[in-house]
Amino acid sequence: MPTNVGGGPSTSARELALTGYRRDDPADQPPQLFPDYVATRLRAPTRAPLTIPHGLTEVTGPLLGAGRVGPLDHDLTSQHAGEPLGQRIVVHGRVIDGDGRPVPNTLVEVWQANAAGRYAHDGDRHPAPLDPNFTGVGRCLTDGEGGYRFVTVKPGAYPWQNHDNAWRPAHIHLSLFGRAFAQRLITQLYFPGDPLFDQDPILNAIPDPKARARLISSFDPNETVPDWALAFRFDVVLRGRDATPLVD
Amino acid sequence: MPEASTPSQTVGPFFSIGLSWPDGPFAVPEGTPGALWLRGRVLDGAGDPVPDALVETWQADPDGRFDHPDDPRGGAERADGFRGFGRSATDADGRFAILLLKPGALPGPDGGRQAPHVDVSVFARGLLRRLVTRLYFPEEEAANAADPVLALLDDAARATLVATRTDDGYRFDIRLQGDGETAFLDV
Repeated sequence: MPTNVGGGPSTSARELALTGYRRDDPADQPPQLFPDYVATRLRAPTRAPLTIPHGLTEVTGPLLGAGRVGPLDHDLTSQHAGEPLGQRIVVHGRVIDGDGRPVPNTLVEVWQANAAGRYAHDGDRHPAPLDPNFTGVGRCLTDGEGGYRFVTVKPGAYPWQNHDNAWRPAHIHLSLFGRAFAQRLITQLYFPGDPLFDQDPILNAIPDPKARARLISSFDPNETVPDWALAFRFDVVLRGRDATPLVD
Repeated sequence: MPEASTPSQTVGPFFSIGLSWPDGPFAVPEGTPGALWLRGRVLDGAGDPVPDALVETWQADPDGRFDHPDDPRGGAERADGFRGFGRSATDADGRFAILLLKPGALPGPDGGRQAPHVDVSVFARGLLRRLVTRLYFPEEEAANAADPVLALLDDAARATLVATRTDDGYRFDIRLQGDGETAFLDV
């Protein structure tokens, strides 16, 4: 049964003057197939994706967060009766787009292992201790300037089965919606000076070393809280808009 | 000077501790009249289920509108709690399920129309970047035949994007690699 058509019979995308989002440089993003990362061998598509122009579905997106974020959701050290073990850190930064414009009021979700390198997930069989005072999950909304701030403990590195003596560098997973479907990003942040980068295929899948470096947070002495927490800064750049509206 | 985007990384195997919402699968509240279950399986290159994938959907409402400032047409206010966004992790059999409403058609480029569709994101361990695809509806043969995205695909690829009808909604399997590989899109 055909559905009603929204928008009126003559409202074309050109008349709507939609603006799409800029494509990323392939050197800045990992490929799908990277054989050193073994799990990609059976999960990467064999065919290159079809590039499609951005329409209404791609330039809009869920604007969620209101009512979904509690006052302590940004603080992964305050979710249990006691505080978790490990080095307390502030992780903060700005979410901006490729033109430097802030992305305000956007939902940032994070998850991580505890200081021993163990996830509070049934699937993690690494024999490092769980911390009864740490789940490792947080969320916040960026503020009017795109700023976000989490309090947590520095996660430990953990072994995985990708290759002999494989270890993931210490990392925090981040998920961001941005303003549009086209901006959706899931990534990981790493910590400066970690000796495990060279043997990590997930980080090294990114072709350009300068792009890889964007995933390494910076120690931020200005944001450390004396007698309480170290701080690391990590800015996130989501895709920027095209300069001109979508036209024929 | 434009800045390069932050690179993507895999969601990893443990995302369910961070990305599970009790209301995740409900792009529309349970019991909403007309609500349909979108169900499917995510399968890998060996044809095995992917038990650690995350599927997300994004779509227009039944009137073809988006409650979003970048949809200039307005008129998207609704009383039924339609959210447009659904999120479902796969289970041990690779199955996902999202409750939604069928979207309306949309204006497309060049004065044409887009057939009703749902944009689908797939994240998983072993995927370094998001995979994006679209779901189209089997009863919309005429609209699908005129859809500008489906027109870019060969017959076999196009067939992977059209769902099949079920008793309570639609079935849409996602084959990441190999036989019947789903057509993925670069948005």
